[in-house]
Amino acid sequence: MKALAAKSGVWAGYLAVLLLLPLIFDSILAISIFNQMAIAIVFALSYNMLLGQGGMLSFGHAVYFGLGGFLAVHALLMMENEAVYFSIAFIPLIGGLTGLLAGVFVGSFSTRKAGTVFAMISLGIGELVAASSLIFTGFFGGEAGVSGDRTFGPPLFGMDFFSDVDVYYLAAFWVFVSTVFMYLFTRTPAGRMANAVRDNPERAEFIGYSARWVRFISFCASGMFAGIAGGLFALNYEFLTDENLNLVTSGRVLLMAYIGGLGFFIGPIIGAIILTLMNFLLSNYTELWLLYLGIMFVLTVLFLPRGFAGFIMMHRLAWLRGRLHTLALPYLLTGLPALLFVLCAVCLLELSHAAEPDLHFLGLSLARDSVTVWAALLLLATLGWYLTRKSVPGLRRAWEAANAPDAEAAREQAT
Amino acid sequence: MPEVLVFATLNGLVTGLLLFMLASGLTVIFSMMGVLNFAHASFYMLGAYFAYSISLYFGYWTGLILAPLIVGVLGALVERYGLRRVHQHGHVAELVFTFGLAFLIEEAVQFFWGQDTKNYQTPDLLDFPLFTLFGQEFSAYRGFMLAISIGIFIGLYQVLTRSRVGLIIQAAISHPHMVANLGHNVPLIFTAVFGVGTALAGLAGVIAGPVLTTFPGMALVLGSIVFVIVVIGGLGSLPGAFLASLLIGLLQSYAIAANVGMPDLLALLGLEFPRSHPLDDLWTLNLAQIAPILPFLLLVLVLIFRPTGLMGKREQ
Repeated sequence: MKALAAKSGVWAGYLAVLLLLPLIFDSILAISIFNQMAIAIVFALSYNMLLGQGGMLSFGHAVYFGLGGFLAVHALLMMENEAVYFSIAFIPLIGGLTGLLAGVFVGSFSTRKAGTVFAMISLGIGELVAASSLIFTGFFGGEAGVSGDRTFGPPLFGMDFFSDVDVYYLAAFWVFVSTVFMYLFTRTPAGRMANAVRDNPERAEFIGYSARWVRFISFCASGMFAGIAGGLFALNYEFLTDENLNLVTSGRVLLMAYIGGLGFFIGPIIGAIILTLMNFLLSNYTELWLLYLGIMFVLTVLFLPRGFAGFIMMHRLAWLRGRLHTLALPYLLTGLPALLFVLCAVCLLELSHAAEPDLHFLGLSLARDSVTVWAALLLLATLGWYLTRKSVPGLRRAWEAANAPDAEAAREQAT
Repeated sequence: MPEVLVFATLNGLVTGLLLFMLASGLTVIFSMMGVLNFAHASFYMLGAYFAYSISLYFGYWTGLILAPLIVGVLGALVERYGLRRVHQHGHVAELVFTFGLAFLIEEAVQFFWGQDTKNYQTPDLLDFPLFTLFGQEFSAYRGFMLAISIGIFIGLYQVLTRSRVGLIIQAAISHPHMVANLGHNVPLIFTAVFGVGTALAGLAGVIAGPVLTTFPGMALVLGSIVFVIVVIGGLGSLPGAFLASLLIGLLQSYAIAANVGMPDLLALLGLEFPRSHPLDDLWTLNLAQIAPILPFLLLVLVLIFRPTGLMGKREQ
């Protein structure tokens, strides 16, 4: 009962945050970021259904996103031509249905195996659809893409969808509904069996489930939610190109889900928020942001295999044992030099790429051609690196102490 | 007609053998570690870029020798400090790691060399037509590419099947523990094979760079095709990879050369369709247009009907 109350509390909080966000941050820029986040959250969650919960690594998830989006734009166009007339609140549903149909079709042959075979089929389908989108210019618009207009439908609750805020509330509604349904899916027998098939398909088969059928269900559901995200994308941007179908978008959703943390329901949400924010914050300041993103991704795979959500959840044990505070100081001792190193490294990268003789970095104005600046930065970076390396054993000891089963063992570990 | 056929065949062979240089490394690495290296084509790109930079100062031939060596060392480092670390988290993590690496290498190449296409030239020594057939020239450089690829294929085959090193590698693939018990350093063998595989990819990049243009997207263009070859040939099968490389190379080359398409087919069948339909483009397709997607079509079909590939042995 208590757990149920806590859970409804979390959902109510989620809904409240979704509704209140545009009231707190009401600039046009903030709203457009929230819209991007909303799309990314649904898309990343749908990807996690495949990879995190079903163990199917897909390199072509953008296919369902893109197809849903293209159908949605065409629905907008039909509305513009007065062929149909309905509220655009249902546009994401059109995307979802498209994604579902595409998922049923592709899933009917691709879910026989998981692992490498599945990954390769998804790659092949992804490339096929992306290449076809450039051939069938009548439907996909070729390299120019297809654009529509969302304002031709009837107004809904007084919203005419001219402004992004109206779209945000619509997107927030769909994000909430999709999140609830995707969460509920993990609680259904189908969702539970997806986990079982991911971990051990043979045993799942022995207790009488068809691994293929279980994968197929997850796959279709995932395609549907990706299509909903695509529909939201169509509403927000009113514009789709072949890039929304191809490997770039498929790769980006993999990045989001992985950096956020596979295997945790909240992981992809975190990943979607982080990456959208990074995209916005960094791409305005530097041309190198994709390089930083690549470095961050590889480091995450190497050192945080369960992503940010996994990193947060790692502290659960220490928290339950009431020793989380003992980690604060060691974290600070490692984190500050590490931050120094990262800042200096970023500064060096920017300096080597600066177009103008003066680089403005964190309020400093650095001369690109000055040897002193380079030497100082290199020195600071080395210092940061050295101090980080020195402090890691201390952090490790503190970590083991914080997670030790009882107080005595904790004291032993700490010394 | 015969001249089209001859040149399509020759070009298909050049492409196919080039693809094999990439696919051979990829497939041997797969049979050892059980992971498909997404970044394999990125090493091919690095090879081209390194060779370009070296050729600016020391000429083409130094680049031809040095660039693959540098790429091989880089590959070995990636295996030692990257893949081996991720290995404990399972196959998905490994695949995702190589995917991230491919992304990172592309960005790094843009960081160091910029986004523009590099003017990487064929060496003057090979800048003449090898022979002229039906009034068309076949450049000496393509002949050189053909020779190198065939040389690599024969050399690789000899080393793997006839030499003691090849024996140990093959044993390490199938029975790593037994080989370790016999006193061989199996992780070192893995690192070395990874290094050699990436060096081969680098070599392919060096010789392909001047012909297929050296630009930051070159890994992406070839990367998925090499994947397709390895899967179609049968994961881990070297002869299969050879067959599939030639198949794909020739298929693409013929498709581009053949001047037929849907209009011809429809005319042959005596059919006609009303125009102004969203899928109009379907009726005007020709083979050259769909040449880039043929490999992926083949991949999906092979995976559906014969998941082990042409010459793969066991079920995945």
